[in-house]
Amino acid sequence: MHEPAIPVASDPQTAPAVEAAGIHKRFGSTRALRGVDLSLQHGRCLGLVGRNGAGKSTLVSILSGIYPPDAGEVRLDGQPAPSLGDIAAWRARIATVFQHSMVVPSLTVAENVFLGRQPRRGPGLVDWRRMREQTRQVMADWGFDVNADTACGNLTVEQRQVVEITRALAAGTRCLLLDEPTAALERGAARRLFNRIRQLQAQGVAILYISHHLEEVFEICTNVAVLRDGELVLTAPLAEVTKDDLVTAMVGEKGINAERPGVTAPAPGGPAGARDGHRGQGGRVLSVEGVTFASPGVFLGNVSLTIRGGERVGVTGLRGSGASTLARIVAGAVAPDAGQVRLGDRVLRPGDRAGALRAGIGYIPEDRQAEGFVPLLSAAENISMTIVDRIARGGLIGPRRREVRAAPLARRLSLVSAGLGQPVRELSGGNQQKVTVARALASDPVLIVAITPTRGVDVASKELLLSELDRITTETGASLLLASDELDDLVVCDRVVVLVRGEIFTEFTEPPFDREALIAAAEGLGAT
Amino acid sequence: MSETKDNLAVLAADVESALARRRSRSAAAISWIREAALLPVLVILIIVGAILNPHFLTVSNLTGIGQQISSLGVVVVGESLILLIGGMDLSLEATYGLAPMIAAWLIVPAAAFGNGMMLNPYVGIAVLFAVGAAVGLVNGLLIVKGRLNGFIVTLGMTILLAGIQDGIVKGQAPFDLPEPFAYLGSADIGAIPVSLIVAAVIFIVTGLFLRYHRVGRAIYAVGGNREAARAAGIKVNKVRIGVYVAGSVLAAVGGWMEAGRVSSVAPTQGYGEGIIFAVFAAAVIGGVSLQGGRGNMVGAASGVILLGVVQNILDLENAPNYWIDAINGAVILVALILARVIGGEASAE
Repeated sequence: MHEPAIPVASDPQTAPAVEAAGIHKRFGSTRALRGVDLSLQHGRCLGLVGRNGAGKSTLVSILSGIYPPDAGEVRLDGQPAPSLGDIAAWRARIATVFQHSMVVPSLTVAENVFLGRQPRRGPGLVDWRRMREQTRQVMADWGFDVNADTACGNLTVEQRQVVEITRALAAGTRCLLLDEPTAALERGAARRLFNRIRQLQAQGVAILYISHHLEEVFEICTNVAVLRDGELVLTAPLAEVTKDDLVTAMVGEKGINAERPGVTAPAPGGPAGARDGHRGQGGRVLSVEGVTFASPGVFLGNVSLTIRGGERVGVTGLRGSGASTLARIVAGAVAPDAGQVRLGDRVLRPGDRAGALRAGIGYIPEDRQAEGFVPLLSAAENISMTIVDRIARGGLIGPRRREVRAAPLARRLSLVSAGLGQPVRELSGGNQQKVTVARALASDPVLIVAITPTRGVDVASKELLLSELDRITTETGASLLLASDELDDLVVCDRVVVLVRGEIFTEFTEPPFDREALIAAAEGLGAT
Repeated sequence: MSETKDNLAVLAADVESALARRRSRSAAAISWIREAALLPVLVILIIVGAILNPHFLTVSNLTGIGQQISSLGVVVVGESLILLIGGMDLSLEATYGLAPMIAAWLIVPAAAFGNGMMLNPYVGIAVLFAVGAAVGLVNGLLIVKGRLNGFIVTLGMTILLAGIQDGIVKGQAPFDLPEPFAYLGSADIGAIPVSLIVAAVIFIVTGLFLRYHRVGRAIYAVGGNREAARAAGIKVNKVRIGVYVAGSVLAAVGGWMEAGRVSSVAPTQGYGEGIIFAVFAAAVIGGVSLQGGRGNMVGAASGVILLGVVQNILDLENAPNYWIDAINGAVILVALILARVIGGEASAE
């Protein structure tokens, strides 16, 4: 049904900024890419989408000269790609802005822009003046506004991204790979990023835009390419495809029945799974009383909140609104400056994660790389880490016993691994997130605290994780505190609390929640 | 309907898992080779030793090697534990000298450079353990609770402890250690030195503890990703402090063995001999990562044995004294390179 590998644009005048032909790549016995043909013209923005493990990262790495392909050819501006070791030559033609910031925090903006290729003066001395001037010049040319003398450590995430883009442009690059560029941005910053992308595009820069968010792809891209299992299954101008087409291409024909429903449009406020009757009729499970917290960039002022048995409460807000910090305080991962958290009648010791776990709070942390799992240890060991005291006999636990306890959860969350003994490091990002979720669920919590549990997870896995959270809270009667700035996550909630600058701004009590109203409230508009 | 959808998703995942499992079978075989990465190097060394000197493969020589390396080996166990939680402790070499020094100083008569108290040797042994535990506790508290840099804390501690070791005996070496105190390092059971048996037991028990005990697993979790361990409800600080204490106690036991072997405690024992370099070398050659969370006792033991065998071959061949250090250093570098080339990265277990 889909024609594979139609050249994306066909302006015969200019050679494509990037052209990949017949790219194959294997890692051990995994065929990460199987004959990918891709081409990107100047002045276009090509959205590259696909599920976790479809080969996006591998393709990005090959296009930016990090790995060589096993077979096939990469051409940049019509010429064969530079040899792999010649990083400067690659960077002059194509540059990648990664999800995680690649600036050196202790150096100034100008130093970061010219990192490794500072203008020289005399015998190897750095020409500081020229470096600053050129940085200002490039910023001015492209309409960016970041002070060249500031240390990058003092910049916002958005500004660091601007620094990275400036670095690429200053090196003469007219082709950018943006890997999940909005993942760490709040809504306003994402909108400004889109404006920047449009402007770059208008001036002839080619952009490869990698994202899990199909809405973003529709908003910003001119063309789209879908990867599935290492093959390019669809390339088309965006005007000619619908969201349904993309999802179908990402998931594949055979998976469609299993994974399709609800995927295309997580309807605003639509329930993720079957859910009947009124929730939250049980007794009070969690009381947060007058919690106050201040640290650079985050502030919570006298926040109080109660959650009843079985109730699912969402907390949302812009980045820096304090939503995730509130959740971290409840989970015992952070101690508040003042106020207390009670579970049932028990006052929890502030900042005592182990105590909170024993009291019955399961925790899905925000940053899975940093807090979610131990990469060298097996999936089974990571999943059972919260219940070691229950499964150990005389302090001893064998691998077999861990696997027996981890297996049902792994099946439930459709964890894909080469056996539960496989180190989590070797799993794909989405499956790592499933391990993190399973770890939280393993302890049979009375309250699950989840922070952006679906970040970095593909559409189908996202749906599965949300429906499992829904099902588990329904079946076990556990309550849920879900802090997220992804509105799609909030569909499992019975009630949504919106934080603005560390204070409760408003509350939505009747699902389905109106998307527009939530967004407006998060921005601090339209009090109810 | 949501039920069928989930069942299908589970089925799809099962199929994918089965494929992944088949792919990873060859990977598992490779990891076995890595586990045993040092074995071929050891076998080659033993063959070389046997060819060079007919005395090499005799029982008395082999048990001699065993006795020489057991004290080092016990310290390596301690350092490996500390490396596994992502720390490092330079002061183990000073504890290795100071703990037996204080004990011996309190036990032996003034004529043998004691302080004249002439404590019961068993009390002396208790003092030795107490000194080890106290040093570890101070290190642990400063590093974990005080959030000071482990390298600098233990460097300062090393110099302090070594200074005390020298100071209390004014540069003399207490000798004439009474039997109960010297037993561990000097006695044999049949043909086998007691110290070798004890060291082997410590290796095996620690290895099993690391693999099967919940605290052992917590050590890997803390070293592999401290924040993830904390989020999973592991009492990270307790584990870290506990490991510093255990490491220092093991260093004290190693020093105790050495004191018994030579029947005196030199003011230079430990720090003065610079044994910490051999300790790190053995652990790292054996695949214990300096980054934490990776390494095991099989590897650490092979690292220790390798160093011992090399030392023994050099001794038997009467290697020129002035060159011994240079040869030793070269051997450590070659062993590291070989272990890296053959083994790649050691596994977590």
